[in-house]
Amino acid sequence: MAGFFMGYPRENGTYGARNHIAVIPSVFCAAAVAERIARNVPGSFAFRHPVGCSQVGEDLEITARTLIGIGRNPNYAGVLVVGLGCERFSPHELAEGIAPTGKMLETVIIQDEGDTLKAIEAGSRMARRMRRAASLEKRTEAPLSALMLGTNCGGSDMTSGLAANPALGIASDMLVAEGGSSILSELTELIGTEHILARRAVSEDVARDILAAIAAMEERLKNQTRHAGDEKRKHLISTGNYEGGLSSVVEKSLGGMKKSGSRARFVEVFKTGGAPAKKGLLLMDGPGHDGEVTTGEVAAGAQVICFPTGRGTPTGFPGVPVIKITGNPRTFARMGGNIDINAGGILTGECGLEAMGREIYAEILAVASGKLSRAEILGHDEQFCITRLP
Amino acid sequence: MESGDFLHMEGRKIALVLDRRDNVAVVLADVGPGEDCLVRGLKAECDLRAAEAVPFGHKVALANLAAGEAIRKYGEEIGVAAAPIPKGGWVHIHNLHCARGM
Repeated sequence: MAGFFMGYPRENGTYGARNHIAVIPSVFCAAAVAERIARNVPGSFAFRHPVGCSQVGEDLEITARTLIGIGRNPNYAGVLVVGLGCERFSPHELAEGIAPTGKMLETVIIQDEGDTLKAIEAGSRMARRMRRAASLEKRTEAPLSALMLGTNCGGSDMTSGLAANPALGIASDMLVAEGGSSILSELTELIGTEHILARRAVSEDVARDILAAIAAMEERLKNQTRHAGDEKRKHLISTGNYEGGLSSVVEKSLGGMKKSGSRARFVEVFKTGGAPAKKGLLLMDGPGHDGEVTTGEVAAGAQVICFPTGRGTPTGFPGVPVIKITGNPRTFARMGGNIDINAGGILTGECGLEAMGREIYAEILAVASGKLSRAEILGHDEQFCITRLP
Repeated sequence: MESGDFLHMEGRKIALVLDRRDNVAVVLADVGPGEDCLVRGLKAECDLRAAEAVPFGHKVALANLAAGEAIRKYGEEIGVAAAPIPKGGWVHIHNLHCARGM
Protein backbone atom coordinates (compact mmCIF):
# COMPACT_ATOMS: atom_id res chain seq x y z
CA MET A 1 0.00 0.00 0.00
CA ALA A 2 2.60 2.45 -1.12
CA GLY A 3 1.68 6.08 -1.56
CA PHE A 4 -1.19 6.42 0.92
CA PHE A 5 -2.62 5.47 4.28
CA MET A 6 -6.22 5.10 5.40
CA GLY A 7 -7.12 8.10 7.54
CA TYR A 8 -10.15 10.00 8.83
CA PRO A 9 -10.55 13.12 6.66
CA ARG A 10 -10.94 16.35 8.65
CA GLU A 11 -12.53 19.60 7.55
CA ASN A 12 -9.21 21.46 7.30
CA GLY A 13 -7.63 18.95 4.90
CA THR A 14 -5.76 16.93 7.54
CA TYR A 15 -6.27 13.21 8.20
CA GLY A 16 -6.55 11.44 11.54
CA ALA A 17 -5.00 8.06 12.23
CA ARG A 18 -7.56 7.75 15.05
CA ASN A 19 -11.03 9.13 15.69
CA HIS A 20 -11.18 9.91 19.39
CA ILE A 21 -12.63 12.76 21.45
CA ALA A 22 -10.15 14.84 23.48
CA VAL A 23 -11.32 16.24 26.82
CA ILE A 24 -8.82 19.00 27.62
CA PRO A 25 -8.78 20.95 30.89
CA SER A 26 -7.50 24.49 30.43
CA VAL A 27 -6.20 24.41 34.00
CA PHE A 28 -5.25 21.74 36.55
CA CYS A 29 -8.29 22.71 38.68
CA ALA A 30 -10.54 21.13 36.01
CA ALA A 31 -8.56 17.87 35.74
CA ALA A 32 -10.81 15.61 37.83
CA VAL A 33 -13.97 16.82 36.08
CA ALA A 34 -12.31 16.19 32.71
CA GLU A 35 -11.28 12.67 33.77
CA ARG A 36 -14.77 11.81 35.03
CA ILE A 37 -16.29 13.01 31.75
CA ALA A 38 -13.86 10.88 29.74
CA ARG A 39 -14.69 7.87 31.94
CA ASN A 40 -18.37 8.35 31.15
CA VAL A 41 -17.72 8.29 27.40
CA PRO A 42 -15.38 5.48 26.28
CA GLY A 43 -13.42 6.53 23.21
CA SER A 44 -12.65 9.91 24.74
CA PHE A 45 -9.41 10.80 26.53
CA ALA A 46 -8.82 13.31 29.32
CA PHE A 47 -5.54 15.25 29.35
CA ARG A 48 -4.65 15.69 33.04
CA HIS A 49 -1.90 18.27 33.55
CA PRO A 50 -0.60 20.36 36.46
CA VAL A 51 -0.53 23.82 34.81
CA GLY A 52 -2.70 26.55 33.23
CA CYS A 53 -2.54 29.13 36.02
CA SER A 54 0.04 31.11 38.05
CA GLN A 55 2.39 30.98 35.07
CA VAL A 56 4.00 33.85 33.19
CA GLY A 57 5.89 34.56 29.99
CA GLU A 58 7.18 31.79 27.76
CA ASP A 59 6.31 29.11 30.31
CA LEU A 60 2.61 30.07 30.02
CA GLU A 61 2.98 30.41 26.24
CA ILE A 62 4.29 26.83 25.91
CA THR A 63 1.38 25.49 28.00
CA ALA A 64 -1.15 27.43 25.91
CA ARG A 65 0.35 26.49 22.55
CA THR A 66 0.75 22.83 23.53
CA LEU A 67 -2.85 22.42 24.70
CA ILE A 68 -4.15 24.20 21.58
CA GLY A 69 -1.90 22.02 19.39
CA ILE A 70 -3.18 18.82 20.96
CA GLY A 71 -6.75 19.97 20.40
CA ARG A 72 -5.90 20.63 16.75
CA ASN A 73 -4.32 17.19 16.17
CA PRO A 74 -6.39 15.34 13.54
CA ASN A 75 -6.47 12.12 15.62
CA TYR A 76 -9.21 13.81 17.68
CA ALA A 77 -12.52 14.13 15.83
CA GLY A 78 -13.85 16.47 18.48
CA VAL A 79 -12.63 18.38 21.54
CA LEU A 80 -14.33 19.22 24.81
CA VAL A 81 -12.60 22.06 26.66
CA VAL A 82 -13.15 21.96 30.42
CA GLY A 83 -12.45 25.19 32.29
CA LEU A 84 -12.74 26.32 35.87
CA GLY A 85 -13.60 29.90 34.96
CA CYS A 86 -10.94 32.12 36.56
CA GLU A 87 -7.70 30.57 35.29
CA ARG A 88 -4.85 32.49 33.68
CA PHE A 89 -5.13 30.43 30.47
CA SER A 90 -8.79 30.94 29.69
CA PRO A 91 -10.86 28.05 28.30
CA HIS A 92 -12.18 30.42 25.62
CA GLU A 93 -8.65 31.11 24.43
CA LEU A 94 -8.05 27.36 24.25
CA ALA A 95 -11.27 26.82 22.28
CA GLU A 96 -10.52 29.75 19.96
CA GLY A 97 -7.14 28.23 19.15
CA ILE A 98 -8.74 24.91 18.17
CA ALA A 99 -11.79 26.35 16.34
CA PRO A 100 -10.06 27.10 12.98
CA THR A 101 -9.71 23.34 12.38
CA GLY A 102 -13.50 23.20 11.93
CA LYS A 103 -13.72 20.08 14.11
CA MET A 104 -16.47 19.47 16.69
CA LEU A 105 -15.76 21.68 19.69
CA GLU A 106 -17.59 22.30 22.96
CA THR A 107 -16.71 24.11 26.19
CA VAL A 108 -17.93 23.46 29.73
CA ILE A 109 -16.96 25.78 32.60
CA ILE A 110 -17.28 24.52 36.15
CA GLN A 111 -18.01 27.91 37.78
CA ASP A 112 -20.75 28.57 35.18
CA GLU A 113 -22.36 25.13 35.54
CA GLY A 114 -22.52 25.42 39.32
CA ASP A 115 -20.51 22.52 40.73
CA THR A 116 -18.56 19.38 40.00
CA LEU A 117 -21.50 17.07 39.33
CA LYS A 118 -23.32 19.58 37.15
CA ALA A 119 -20.17 20.18 35.10
CA ILE A 120 -19.58 16.43 34.73
CA GLU A 121 -23.14 15.91 33.57
CA ALA A 122 -23.11 18.78 31.06
CA GLY A 123 -19.67 17.82 29.75
CA SER A 124 -20.53 14.12 29.50
CA ARG A 125 -23.58 14.92 27.38
CA MET A 126 -21.43 17.04 25.06
CA ALA A 127 -18.79 14.33 24.79
CA ARG A 128 -21.45 11.70 24.12
CA ARG A 129 -22.91 13.77 21.25
CA MET A 130 -19.48 14.26 19.69
CA ARG A 131 -18.57 10.59 20.08
CA ARG A 132 -21.78 9.56 18.32
CA ALA A 133 -21.19 11.99 15.45
CA ALA A 134 -17.54 10.87 15.16
CA SER A 135 -18.65 7.25 14.81
CA LEU A 136 -20.14 8.13 11.41
CA GLU A 137 -16.71 9.12 10.03
CA LYS A 138 -15.06 6.66 7.65
CA ARG A 139 -11.40 6.14 6.74
CA THR A 140 -10.45 7.13 3.19
CA GLU A 141 -7.22 7.06 1.21
CA ALA A 142 -4.99 9.82 2.54
CA PRO A 143 -1.82 11.06 0.79
CA LEU A 144 1.41 10.43 2.66
CA SER A 145 2.02 14.19 2.57
CA ALA A 146 -0.72 14.27 5.24
CA LEU A 147 1.16 11.90 7.57
CA MET A 148 3.46 13.24 10.27
CA LEU A 149 5.66 10.89 12.29
CA GLY A 150 7.08 11.80 15.68
CA THR A 151 10.21 10.05 17.00
CA ASN A 152 11.69 9.66 20.46
CA CYS A 153 13.92 7.08 22.08
CA GLY A 154 13.77 6.17 25.75
CA GLY A 155 15.00 3.44 28.04
CA SER A 156 17.96 3.26 25.66
CA ASP A 157 20.79 0.74 25.79
CA MET A 158 23.69 0.06 23.45
CA THR A 159 21.38 -1.65 20.94
CA SER A 160 19.38 1.57 20.40
CA GLY A 161 22.16 3.34 18.54
CA LEU A 162 23.28 0.18 16.70
CA ALA A 163 19.96 -1.28 15.52
CA ALA A 164 16.61 0.34 16.41
CA ASN A 165 17.52 3.98 15.73
CA PRO A 166 19.30 3.42 12.39
CA ALA A 167 16.44 1.16 11.22
CA LEU A 168 13.88 3.80 12.21
CA GLY A 169 15.99 6.34 10.33
CA ILE A 170 15.62 4.31 7.14
CA ALA A 171 11.82 4.29 7.62
CA SER A 172 11.89 8.04 8.30
CA ASP A 173 13.86 8.63 5.08
CA MET A 174 11.30 6.53 3.16
CA LEU A 175 8.35 8.52 4.56
CA VAL A 176 9.97 11.87 3.78
CA ALA A 177 10.83 10.67 0.24
CA GLU A 178 7.08 9.96 -0.21
CA GLY A 179 6.20 13.53 0.81
CA GLY A 180 5.49 12.82 4.47
CA SER A 181 6.93 14.48 7.55
CA SER A 182 9.13 13.20 10.36
CA ILE A 183 10.18 14.99 13.54
CA LEU A 184 13.52 14.66 15.33
CA SER A 185 13.82 16.34 18.74
CA GLU A 186 15.53 15.64 22.11
CA LEU A 187 17.96 18.52 21.61
CA THR A 188 19.70 17.77 24.89
CA GLU A 189 20.74 14.44 23.32
CA LEU A 190 21.91 16.01 20.05
CA ILE A 191 24.59 18.31 21.47
CA GLY A 192 27.86 17.51 19.72
CA THR A 193 26.27 16.65 16.38
CA GLU A 194 25.08 20.18 15.55
CA HIS A 195 27.63 20.51 12.72
CA ILE A 196 26.35 17.26 11.17
CA LEU A 197 22.70 18.28 11.55
CA ALA A 198 23.46 21.70 10.05
CA ARG A 199 25.10 20.01 7.06
CA ARG A 200 21.82 18.16 6.47
CA ALA A 201 19.79 21.41 6.29
CA VAL A 202 18.14 22.39 3.00
CA SER A 203 19.35 25.99 3.26
CA GLU A 204 21.80 28.20 5.10
CA ASP A 205 18.90 29.73 7.02
CA VAL A 206 17.79 26.35 8.34
CA ALA A 207 21.42 25.43 9.14
CA ARG A 208 21.69 28.65 11.18
CA ASP A 209 18.44 27.82 12.99
CA ILE A 210 19.76 24.34 13.88
CA LEU A 211 23.06 25.69 15.23
CA ALA A 212 21.28 28.43 17.19
CA ALA A 213 18.74 26.02 18.72
CA ILE A 214 21.39 23.57 19.90
CA ALA A 215 23.68 26.33 21.19
CA ALA A 216 20.77 27.77 23.20
CA MET A 217 19.95 24.33 24.63
CA GLU A 218 23.58 23.82 25.63
CA GLU A 219 23.63 27.24 27.30
CA ARG A 220 20.45 26.38 29.18
CA LEU A 221 22.02 23.15 30.44
CA LYS A 222 25.16 25.02 31.48
CA ASN A 223 23.08 27.45 33.53
CA GLN A 224 21.34 24.58 35.27
CA THR A 225 24.47 22.56 36.07
CA ARG A 226 27.74 23.95 37.30
CA HIS A 227 30.06 20.97 37.24
CA ALA A 228 33.76 21.58 36.75
CA GLY A 229 33.74 19.38 33.65
CA ASP A 230 31.05 21.36 31.83
CA GLU A 231 33.56 23.11 29.59
CA LYS A 232 34.35 19.91 27.74
CA ARG A 233 30.76 18.60 27.83
CA LYS A 234 31.86 15.88 30.23
CA HIS A 235 28.49 16.05 31.98
CA LEU A 236 26.84 14.88 28.75
CA ILE A 237 28.54 11.48 28.81
CA SER A 238 28.54 9.07 31.74
CA THR A 239 30.80 6.38 33.14
CA GLY A 240 28.21 3.86 31.98
CA ASN A 241 28.45 5.26 28.45
CA TYR A 242 32.25 4.75 28.52
CA GLU A 243 31.90 1.23 29.86
CA GLY A 244 29.37 0.49 27.12
CA GLY A 245 31.94 1.49 24.50
CA LEU A 246 31.02 5.10 23.68
CA SER A 247 34.13 7.28 23.45
CA SER A 248 32.88 10.81 22.72
CA VAL A 249 29.83 13.07 22.97
CA VAL A 250 29.62 13.08 19.15
CA GLU A 251 29.51 9.27 19.06
CA LYS A 252 26.81 9.17 21.74
CA SER A 253 24.64 11.81 20.06
CA LEU A 254 25.01 10.22 16.61
CA GLY A 255 23.26 7.11 17.93
CA GLY A 256 20.19 9.23 18.73
CA MET A 257 20.40 11.37 15.63
CA LYS A 258 20.18 8.26 13.43
CA LYS A 259 16.41 8.19 14.07
CA SER A 260 16.21 10.97 11.48
CA GLY A 261 17.85 8.84 8.77
CA SER A 262 20.62 10.09 6.56
CA ARG A 263 19.14 11.01 3.18
CA ALA A 264 16.38 13.44 4.13
CA ARG A 265 17.29 17.09 4.72
CA PHE A 266 15.95 19.32 7.46
CA VAL A 267 13.43 21.83 6.10
CA GLU A 268 12.48 23.63 9.31
CA VAL A 269 13.24 24.11 13.01
CA PHE A 270 10.22 24.84 15.21
CA LYS A 271 9.80 25.34 18.95
CA THR A 272 7.99 22.77 21.07
CA GLY A 273 4.32 23.74 21.32
CA GLY A 274 4.40 25.18 17.83
CA ALA A 275 3.33 23.71 14.50
CA PRO A 276 5.73 23.54 11.56
CA ALA A 277 4.84 25.43 8.38
CA LYS A 278 6.69 23.00 6.09
CA LYS A 279 6.46 19.28 5.34
CA GLY A 280 9.48 16.99 5.37
CA LEU A 281 12.18 16.35 7.95
CA LEU A 282 11.68 18.67 10.93
CA LEU A 283 13.69 19.50 14.04
CA MET A 284 11.61 20.32 17.12
CA ASP A 285 13.40 22.60 19.58
CA GLY A 286 12.79 21.09 23.01
CA PRO A 287 14.47 19.04 25.74
CA GLY A 288 14.88 15.25 25.85
CA HIS A 289 12.20 14.09 28.32
CA ASP A 290 10.26 11.21 26.65
CA GLY A 291 6.83 12.57 27.52
CA GLU A 292 7.62 16.19 26.73
CA VAL A 293 9.00 15.16 23.34
CA THR A 294 5.98 13.12 22.25
CA THR A 295 3.60 15.75 23.67
CA GLY A 296 5.34 18.43 21.57
CA GLU A 297 5.21 16.18 18.51
CA VAL A 298 1.49 15.46 18.95
CA ALA A 299 0.87 19.20 19.45
CA ALA A 300 2.74 19.77 16.17
CA GLY A 301 0.31 17.40 14.42
CA ALA A 302 2.03 14.00 14.54
CA GLN A 303 -0.56 11.20 14.20
CA VAL A 304 1.89 8.35 14.91
CA ILE A 305 4.97 8.11 17.16
CA CYS A 306 7.88 5.67 16.74
CA PHE A 307 9.72 4.96 19.97
CA PRO A 308 12.92 2.88 20.02
CA THR A 309 13.63 1.41 23.44
CA GLY A 310 16.54 -0.88 24.27
CA ARG A 311 15.59 -1.76 27.81
CA GLY A 312 11.83 -1.61 27.16
CA THR A 313 9.25 0.93 28.33
CA PRO A 314 5.47 0.51 28.31
CA THR A 315 4.43 4.18 27.95
CA GLY A 316 1.93 5.55 25.48
CA PHE A 317 0.01 8.68 24.52
CA PRO A 318 -3.75 9.21 24.85
CA GLY A 319 -5.32 8.86 21.40
CA VAL A 320 -2.04 8.59 19.48
CA PRO A 321 -0.39 5.25 18.63
CA VAL A 322 3.17 4.84 19.90
CA ILE A 323 5.07 2.10 18.05
CA LYS A 324 7.76 0.55 20.27
CA ILE A 325 10.87 -0.81 18.58
CA THR A 326 13.64 -2.63 20.40
CA GLY A 327 17.06 -3.57 19.04
CA ASN A 328 17.65 -5.87 22.00
CA PRO A 329 16.51 -9.47 21.37
CA ARG A 330 16.57 -10.19 25.09
CA THR A 331 14.24 -7.25 25.83
CA PHE A 332 11.87 -8.49 23.13
CA ALA A 333 11.90 -12.01 24.56
CA ARG A 334 11.06 -10.71 28.04
CA MET A 335 8.91 -7.65 27.33
CA GLY A 336 7.45 -8.41 23.89
CA GLY A 337 3.97 -7.69 25.26
CA ASN A 338 4.89 -4.02 25.22
CA ILE A 339 7.02 -3.99 22.07
CA ASP A 340 5.63 -3.74 18.53
CA ILE A 341 8.75 -4.44 16.49
CA ASN A 342 11.78 -6.61 17.22
CA ALA A 343 14.77 -5.08 15.43
CA GLY A 344 17.14 -7.39 17.30
CA GLY A 345 17.65 -9.42 14.13
CA ILE A 346 20.03 -6.71 12.95
CA LEU A 347 22.45 -7.76 15.72
CA THR A 348 21.82 -11.52 15.60
CA GLY A 349 22.30 -11.58 11.83
CA GLU A 350 18.73 -12.63 11.06
CA CYS A 351 17.81 -9.37 9.35
CA GLY A 352 19.62 -6.57 7.51
CA LEU A 353 19.25 -2.91 8.49
CA GLU A 354 17.54 -1.96 5.20
CA ALA A 355 15.00 -4.79 5.46
CA MET A 356 14.20 -3.80 9.05
CA GLY A 357 13.78 -0.17 7.94
CA ARG A 358 11.22 -1.30 5.36
CA GLU A 359 9.41 -3.38 7.97
CA ILE A 360 9.15 -0.36 10.30
CA TYR A 361 7.89 1.79 7.42
CA ALA A 362 5.17 -0.76 6.62
CA GLU A 363 4.20 -0.86 10.31
CA ILE A 364 3.93 2.96 10.44
CA LEU A 365 1.48 2.92 7.50
CA ALA A 366 -0.47 -0.02 8.96
CA VAL A 367 -0.78 1.67 12.36
CA ALA A 368 -1.68 5.02 10.77
CA SER A 369 -4.42 3.10 8.95
CA GLY A 370 -5.93 1.59 12.09
CA LYS A 371 -3.75 -1.26 13.39
CA LEU A 372 -3.46 -0.79 17.17
CA SER A 373 -0.11 -0.33 18.86
CA ARG A 374 0.44 -2.35 22.03
CA ALA A 375 0.59 0.82 24.14
CA GLU A 376 -2.95 1.70 22.95
CA ILE A 377 -4.33 -1.78 23.55
CA LEU A 378 -2.99 -1.69 27.11
CA GLY A 379 -4.28 1.83 27.78
CA HIS A 380 -0.90 3.49 28.34
CA ASP A 381 -1.17 7.29 28.44
CA GLU A 382 1.84 8.46 30.48
CA GLN A 383 3.54 10.43 27.76
CA PHE A 384 1.29 13.49 27.96
CA CYS A 385 3.63 15.91 29.78
CA ILE A 386 3.83 19.65 29.19
CA THR A 387 7.30 21.21 29.04
CA ARG A 388 7.94 23.80 31.77
CA LEU A 389 10.54 26.53 31.74
CA PRO A 390 12.42 27.28 34.97
CA MET B 1 22.76 -7.41 28.60
CA GLU B 2 25.75 -9.67 28.91
CA SER B 3 28.36 -10.57 26.40
CA GLY B 4 27.70 -13.50 24.12
CA ASP B 5 24.08 -12.61 23.43
CA PHE B 6 24.53 -12.20 19.74
CA LEU B 7 26.68 -15.25 18.93
CA HIS B 8 24.43 -16.54 16.21
CA MET B 9 26.51 -16.60 13.04
CA GLU B 10 27.60 -20.25 13.33
CA GLY B 11 29.31 -19.38 16.57
CA ARG B 12 31.33 -16.57 15.01
CA LYS B 13 31.84 -13.36 16.93
CA ILE B 14 30.47 -10.40 15.01
CA ALA B 15 31.97 -6.95 14.42
CA LEU B 16 29.20 -4.71 13.05
CA VAL B 17 29.96 -1.88 10.62
CA LEU B 18 27.28 0.83 10.59
CA ASP B 19 28.31 2.73 7.45
CA ARG B 20 30.50 1.95 4.45
CA ARG B 21 32.72 4.98 5.18
CA ASP B 22 33.55 3.71 8.70
CA ASN B 23 37.02 2.61 9.78
CA VAL B 24 35.81 1.06 13.04
CA ALA B 25 33.28 -1.69 13.81
CA VAL B 26 31.40 -2.51 17.02
CA VAL B 27 32.03 -6.00 18.43
CA LEU B 28 28.91 -7.83 19.63
CA ALA B 29 30.80 -10.09 22.06
CA ASP B 30 33.98 -9.92 24.13
CA VAL B 31 36.83 -10.60 21.71
CA GLY B 32 40.20 -11.86 22.96
CA PRO B 33 43.67 -11.01 21.60
CA GLY B 34 44.39 -12.87 18.35
CA GLU B 35 40.76 -13.96 18.04
CA ASP B 36 39.06 -13.72 14.63
CA CYS B 37 35.68 -12.09 14.17
CA LEU B 38 33.33 -11.76 11.25
CA VAL B 39 32.89 -8.20 9.97
CA ARG B 40 29.28 -7.63 8.95
CA GLY B 41 27.49 -4.58 7.53
CA LEU B 42 29.72 -4.09 4.50
CA LYS B 43 28.82 -5.36 1.02
CA ALA B 44 30.94 -8.47 1.54
CA GLU B 45 31.60 -10.03 4.92
CA CYS B 46 35.25 -10.48 5.88
CA ASP B 47 37.41 -11.69 8.74
CA LEU B 48 39.24 -9.44 11.16
CA ARG B 49 41.77 -10.59 13.74
CA ALA B 50 41.69 -8.67 17.01
CA ALA B 51 45.16 -7.33 17.89
CA GLU B 52 44.18 -7.08 21.54
CA ALA B 53 41.16 -7.67 23.78
CA VAL B 54 38.10 -5.66 22.71
CA PRO B 55 35.18 -5.65 25.15
CA PHE B 56 31.57 -6.28 24.08
CA GLY B 57 30.02 -3.13 22.56
CA HIS B 58 33.38 -1.45 22.00
CA LYS B 59 35.08 -0.46 18.76
CA VAL B 60 37.73 -2.31 16.79
CA ALA B 61 39.86 -0.67 14.05
CA LEU B 62 39.18 -2.03 10.55
CA ALA B 63 42.50 -0.69 9.21
CA ASN B 64 45.77 0.74 10.50
CA LEU B 65 45.05 4.28 11.72
CA ALA B 66 47.77 6.93 11.88
CA ALA B 67 47.90 9.41 14.77
CA GLY B 68 45.64 12.33 13.91
CA GLU B 69 43.56 10.30 11.47
CA ALA B 70 39.77 10.76 11.66
CA ILE B 71 37.88 7.89 13.29
CA ARG B 72 34.58 7.31 11.53
CA LYS B 73 31.45 5.60 12.83
CA TYR B 74 27.93 6.07 11.35
CA GLY B 75 29.85 7.57 8.41
CA GLU B 76 30.80 10.55 10.62
CA GLU B 77 33.93 11.64 12.47
CA ILE B 78 33.60 10.75 16.16
CA GLY B 79 37.15 11.82 17.00
CA VAL B 80 40.75 11.41 15.84
CA ALA B 81 43.36 8.81 16.72
CA ALA B 82 45.49 10.19 19.57
CA ALA B 83 48.19 7.59 18.75
CA PRO B 84 48.74 5.08 15.93
CA ILE B 85 46.14 2.28 16.14
CA PRO B 86 46.82 -1.05 14.41
CA LYS B 87 44.20 -2.92 12.39
CA GLY B 88 42.29 -5.03 14.91
CA GLY B 89 43.15 -2.65 17.75
CA TRP B 90 40.74 -1.49 20.46
CA VAL B 91 39.56 2.09 19.89
CA HIS B 92 38.39 3.96 22.97
CA ILE B 93 39.11 6.98 25.19
CA HIS B 94 42.76 5.92 25.68
CA ASN B 95 43.58 6.41 21.98
CA LEU B 96 40.72 8.57 20.64
CA HIS B 97 40.49 12.32 21.11
CA CYS B 98 37.46 14.44 20.30
CA ALA B 99 37.66 18.23 20.55
CA ARG B 100 33.87 18.43 20.58
CA GLY B 101 33.68 16.76 23.97
CA MET B 102 34.45 13.40 25.55
